[in-house]
Amino acid sequence: MTPSHINDFTIKIATVNGTGSASANTLLMKSIFRSGIPVVGKNYFPSNIQGLPTWYEIRVTRDAHVARSGRIDIMVAMNAETYARDVKEVAPGGYLLFDSTWPRPALLKREDITVLGVPLARLCNENFDGVRTRILMKNVCYTGVLAALLDLDLARIRELLAETYAKKPKLIESNMRAIQLGYDYARAELSCPLPLHVQKMEQTAGHLMIDGNTAAALGCLFAGATVAAWYPITPSTSLMDAFKMFADRMRVDRETGRRNFAFIQAEDELASIGMVIGAMWNGARAFTATSGPGISLMNEFLGLAYYAEVPAVVFDVQRVGPSTGMPTRTQQCDIMECAYASHGDTRHVCLYPANPEECFYMAVQAFDLAERLQTPVMVLSDIDIGMNDWMCRELKWDDAYRPDRGKMLGKEEVLKLEKFYRFVDKDGDGITYRTLPGVHPKAAYFTRGSGHTQFGTYTEDSAEYQLVLDRLLKKWATAKRLVPRAVIDATAGSRIGIVSLGSCDGAILEAIGALKAQGIGLNYMRVRSFPFSEDVEKFLAAHEVLFVVEQNRDAQLRALLTLETAVEKSKLRSLLHYDGMPISSGFIVEGVLSALQPRDRAQPKGAAHG
Amino acid sequence: MTFLAKPKVAHPSLPKNSLGFTRRDYEGALSTLCAGCGHDSITAAIVEASWGLAIEPQNMVKLSGIGCSSKTTAYFVSGGHGFNSVHGRMPSIATGANAANRRLNYIGVSGDGDTLSIGLGQFCHAIRRNLNMLYIIENNGVYGLTKGQFSASADIGTKAKKGETNFQPPIDPVLLAMTLGATFVARSFSGDKQQLVPLIQAGIRHEGFALIDVLSPCVTFNDHEGSTKSYAYTREHYEPAVHADFVPLEREIIADYKEGETLPVLMHDGSRIVLRKLDGAYDPTNRAAAFAQIQERMKAGEYLTGLLCLEPSQNEFHQVNATPDVPLNSLPYEVLSPGSQGLQKALARYR
Repeated sequence: MTPSHINDFTIKIATVNGTGSASANTLLMKSIFRSGIPVVGKNYFPSNIQGLPTWYEIRVTRDAHVARSGRIDIMVAMNAETYARDVKEVAPGGYLLFDSTWPRPALLKREDITVLGVPLARLCNENFDGVRTRILMKNVCYTGVLAALLDLDLARIRELLAETYAKKPKLIESNMRAIQLGYDYARAELSCPLPLHVQKMEQTAGHLMIDGNTAAALGCLFAGATVAAWYPITPSTSLMDAFKMFADRMRVDRETGRRNFAFIQAEDELASIGMVIGAMWNGARAFTATSGPGISLMNEFLGLAYYAEVPAVVFDVQRVGPSTGMPTRTQQCDIMECAYASHGDTRHVCLYPANPEECFYMAVQAFDLAERLQTPVMVLSDIDIGMNDWMCRELKWDDAYRPDRGKMLGKEEVLKLEKFYRFVDKDGDGITYRTLPGVHPKAAYFTRGSGHTQFGTYTEDSAEYQLVLDRLLKKWATAKRLVPRAVIDATAGSRIGIVSLGSCDGAILEAIGALKAQGIGLNYMRVRSFPFSEDVEKFLAAHEVLFVVEQNRDAQLRALLTLETAVEKSKLRSLLHYDGMPISSGFIVEGVLSALQPRDRAQPKGAAHG
Repeated sequence: MTFLAKPKVAHPSLPKNSLGFTRRDYEGALSTLCAGCGHDSITAAIVEASWGLAIEPQNMVKLSGIGCSSKTTAYFVSGGHGFNSVHGRMPSIATGANAANRRLNYIGVSGDGDTLSIGLGQFCHAIRRNLNMLYIIENNGVYGLTKGQFSASADIGTKAKKGETNFQPPIDPVLLAMTLGATFVARSFSGDKQQLVPLIQAGIRHEGFALIDVLSPCVTFNDHEGSTKSYAYTREHYEPAVHADFVPLEREIIADYKEGETLPVLMHDGSRIVLRKLDGAYDPTNRAAAFAQIQERMKAGEYLTGLLCLEPSQNEFHQVNATPDVPLNSLPYEVLSPGSQGLQKALARYR
């Protein structure tokens, strides 16, 4: 190990689901974060409650990268079932920590890594009572071992435990005891610290470690959402859980105990989107969170909301498809599904956050856009963003913010009109005026998904039907001006660019840096919304070769770009990552290099180039 | 033009309700259903009931799914907002709308196909949530808009217009709702306005989910010999068990019932339902016994009608959710946002 590995390495912890390892791992990661060193936490968990293998990856990254590194320097092998593959994954020169209570000769087969044994089970059996406690404490104990090996400050760990278990002080002591056991054993028996360890930095001040679902839930709360309806589905459930948690704390009237929100667990996704549409039609800000299978079920209602022009906000935390797929693994595979959800000519506004910070701000923006445009807005994150802890800038709130309710007429305004017509385009921007039930008989109108005239009446007349349908296109053009613009970095001045969206961002930024070091400069555009704004069109036109990086098999972003912009298809080359793990920079670097070099070079494993 | 506007001409001598509105003010667009359709009679009963209750038209929210029945929400109270949603999913729209504003009157009109087949799940869950709404099923045992297929309410042995016999047992919305704990369950007949109008009024005022299953013959596809949902068959086989008179808060009970025959039931807003037993043995406040009797008579091919099950409604949707009296859609943003300081506090554990 060279000094260059200080504050720049990855730990992977292999455990069994349901053994309390999640809290131990969070504790470890957070204590590094609190020491001022940027970290990345990735949780690879099974669709299971107890017993299946689970992994947690902590990347310590002094350069503040936000993606997976794709390299494992320290493996904590706590799961006998996965020993074989876990050992294989360690990079040459790396370390393997295992529970040496029982001899594991097979583990010692690799000569190019250092194997460290600590009798974790024995230490815990000798010091704790109860089977369950012993299992849980074994996982806390390895945190102590790692603290010694990595030179972590025990005071930080104690401080974090005190915060976590503020209401259960007994747990602080027992956890700390387990940590001390591991720590002392390692100090006595192993050479501590390892050459690869942490050193205090000052890089995390003004930052948070937060997951996208929590950030999105906060966004909904601050946007003024009062109706939340959903059907449980991984990986979106934690968004609703977080909303409920915050609302219970911050939305309950202190005097009356009344809740200033309705939280409705629906019977299925068809009902949850129906409730959102009903609530927003009636003037409450409402949302639902789901994943791909839920969007499939919501298709019919989404089409109704598009055609009947009812606002709705939907979070799609994407997971691996098709069908049930791998519910706890990540992909960006609902891009096409969301863009055109439902039968008939239907298009939806979609937002693509790249990290939890954007989840927060885009959640607020989604409500404003939905009400301004009177149409569903879908926010597409994924498991990687939604359920992993990301280091991101402190979230800020402008107290001057007021919701944009769009073109909504109240009683006084309606009374001034000779007659109120729901779908007449008065302003020429394709957006018409709406009213809420209960205002005045003159404000009443009839909402329907069947053919209607601009006056809101039923029709089967060709011209009248087409008038409304064409106005919706005009509204779509207005949407292009209102949605968030792409993030473009053209400082490399290259004729080659990368186009991507969402959670690929971190890996791409890291890859661009690595390629630059090899003399390859690339421009970069991260699309943040559908419809594509003018700047997207310009960027595509200005480049000769464009690598479209996305996490699905069928190149959905590329397909959408070819359908919805004037770009020549042949300019777009896909780099597709779709194995269910978050994309890493190495994948992109290899993909770009192999595409730019002579054809005879072998393609990187798992990559497809179009 | 496929929409017919109904001219609003009201003769000055037409009777007015306490708001100064005539019955015409509670009408809607012209019906496009077949001449003689039972649904149009129900529409007329809703108009009469709303006028009688003197509901502010804008406070009436009309919701429906898809089918002949679902079209009818356009045919009454044009001063209230209407939402003709998707097939079988009206209850979820109603749930969201009701969540947003608890102060309005929600009336859902559905059919036997819309409720008992494609929408069975949402129907059950609206009952389970005890959503404060009146849910009317215009029940004709047949799919009208697609020309005559059996619906899930078709009786065993009933014949389709083309001669086919139904062998599958019907799903009865009244028994189903009673099983699910609905506190206001009624059955009526589109041809019996005297029974239907007070039921609608009581159903609107009931604080919680109120169901009225209205037998409403389809003149085009299910009014022939051999059908058990025809006008002729229904007239012959329906038997009023309990008559319910609705007495609004502001009106005194006119004591024209003999003692022992009537049972006044107080409602949440102070109005009363006066139940008049027509079938001595039937007690709508005894759910289990009522259930057994309805079932028994159904086996004999007869429909008991009237307010068949009534209990004080508890745990209405908003009570369960402990939402404020002020509608959620009217809460000022200042109340809803925790502000920048609130955000700082919320983020403490993520630092």
